[in-house]
Amino acid sequence: MGKVLMKGNEVIAEAAVHAGCKYFFGYPITPQSELVAYMARRLPEVGGLFLQAESEIAAINMVYGAAGTGVRVMTSSSSPGFSLKQEGISYLVGSELPAVICNIVRGGPGLGNIQPAQSDYFQVTKGGGHGDYNIPVLAPASLQEIVELTKAAFDIADRYRTPVILMGDGMLGQMMEPVEFGERLDKEQFKKEWATTGTRGDGGPKIITSLELNAESLEERNRNLQRKFARIKENEVRYETYLIDDAEYIMVAFGTVARITLNAINKARREGVKVGLIRPISLWPFPEKPFIETRGRVKGFISVEMSAGQMIEDVKLAVNGFAPVDFFGRTGGVVPTQEEIYDKIMSVTGGVTV
Amino acid sequence: MTMKTVFKKTSGLTDAPTHYCPGCTHGVIHRLVGEVLEEMDILEDTIGVASVGCSVLSYEYFNCDMTQAAHGRAPAVATGVKRVLPNRFVFTYQGDGDLASIGISEVIHAAARGENITVIFVNNAIYGMTGGQMAPTTLIGQKTATTPFGRDVSIQGSPIKVCEMISTLDGAAYIERVSAHDVPHIQKVKKAIRKAFETQKKGLGFSLIEVLSTCPTNWGLDPAESLVWVKDNMVPVYPLGVYKNKEGVK
Ligand SMILES: Cc1ncc(C[n+]2csc(CCOP(=O)(O)OP(=O)(O)O)c2C)c(N)n1
Ligand code: SF4
Repeated sequence: MGKVLMKGNEVIAEAAVHAGCKYFFGYPITPQSELVAYMARRLPEVGGLFLQAESEIAAINMVYGAAGTGVRVMTSSSSPGFSLKQEGISYLVGSELPAVICNIVRGGPGLGNIQPAQSDYFQVTKGGGHGDYNIPVLAPASLQEIVELTKAAFDIADRYRTPVILMGDGMLGQMMEPVEFGERLDKEQFKKEWATTGTRGDGGPKIITSLELNAESLEERNRNLQRKFARIKENEVRYETYLIDDAEYIMVAFGTVARITLNAINKARREGVKVGLIRPISLWPFPEKPFIETRGRVKGFISVEMSAGQMIEDVKLAVNGFAPVDFFGRTGGVVPTQEEIYDKIMSVTGGVTV
Repeated sequence: MTMKTVFKKTSGLTDAPTHYCPGCTHGVIHRLVGEVLEEMDILEDTIGVASVGCSVLSYEYFNCDMTQAAHGRAPAVATGVKRVLPNRFVFTYQGDGDLASIGISEVIHAAARGENITVIFVNNAIYGMTGGQMAPTTLIGQKTATTPFGRDVSIQGSPIKVCEMISTLDGAAYIERVSAHDVPHIQKVKKAIRKAFETQKKGLGFSLIEVLSTCPTNWGLDPAESLVWVKDNMVPVYPLGVYKNKEGVK
């Protein structure tokens, strides 16, 4: 196929098709509507099905029904719509059903606006719906990375029988970049004996449910879920680092902001400031290791976010007090500029550190 | 002496004892759905969707693949199942709080899409599981935990007539209201359920059977009185009959 110039939202959609996703249930909301429209055109071509639901609540519940039959299925939304999906996501976790849910985050709270933001960080990484749970969250920073992470999202979903969130901001959804999809990704073979497809030829009835009336039994179910979350924490951490080996200060940023931060770092480096970057790719599980490894040689961290300061809590937990953690953020859909971040670096580090 | 079997348990139900209160017609309706699935020989090709309410555990009673839905969302879940597996039979089993209150949007849109599923809608004019609160179907003047002085139109509005409403939608193929209050009517319930599944088998679109049902526990009546209450109070408000039979299913 070679390189093609595409919009972020469409890259997610095409990457999902490459990953073997044939079913999509969605509801329009800016800034992710192109994803929905792309699926409406594309899925019939691969013998799949697109259905526009009457609401995000219905869409996620259609996903629940389809996921129960064992197919690869996806839905997508942006912040206000994602809030509506939380009920269904909690049920997907409770019933252990695999699905991929995309959240192209916009400014909030409430109706907010349609500009890019990262202010759903708490909602996606700390459960979000009711009950004790976590969901793997992947946050690409480029359109090419979307291709890889969308496929990974479906694999993680099937491997652990869990919903997986693909999170981007409105900027990532709307920008255009050349991408390469490569070969149609051959999905790993996942046996889904638990799927409800009718009992003909395969023994007794199968039941998909999150109901467990007995307290001890539900606690046991929760223990099993927690063990699964621990396995995910062990195996599915993703991050990237940039110039951290000699860094005295480390920036922490994900998604679009990580790219802007990288440019600010390069500028500061040219000024002789030893600064590096940790870019979490999996927001949950949060990559704690690269922080711990810098213990004793780093003077401080700066979390840069398009929110009022949410990821900084995870950074502080990872750092656990061994160094100060600073913050720079813009909210309401304002994207931080390279200059702002550079100025922040200069004010925290005090300029040249050699 | 040879003995002839004149009555036996349907293979449409599992052996699990149900938890329903004595005199509750949920059990009767379960049995009728089970019998229809057995007689049509489609048990092995059926996926049922349980809802939230007293029938929340119905997935333990129906002898087919089952999935449990969030409160009111069963028609959306059923849509997801049916769209992936168009050749299987998919049904939901929902109470009136589940379907006519929190889930009214999901059922209307499933019907409007002509979703080829069957909805078994059990109307007992009250929320059973949560302890007898008002449902959208609660009768005017009926006392419940949340209408202690009786449902007052000026405060709580009037009952929602689901069959009448859904039958206005083009996607609705078979809509009938029946009642489980005595034997002749119970036989009609079974016939209606069968017609609904026949409608689905023919791929004609959305079918819904509303069954007037009892809740002796929350009505504060004994089982026999409850059946009379259905006949005397519910049937006049919720007229029985076929509201839609688009393709003349027999
Ligand atoms: C989101 C949500 N809201 C409320 C409830 C509590 N709830 C459980 S059953 C029920 C009412 C069910 O009534 P109905 O559908 O009439 O069924 P019945 O119990 O009468 O058979 C309610 C409100 C819930 N489980 N989930
Ligand atoms: S509470 Fe009412 S609806 Fe529920 S099982 Fe008892 S009688 Fe039936």
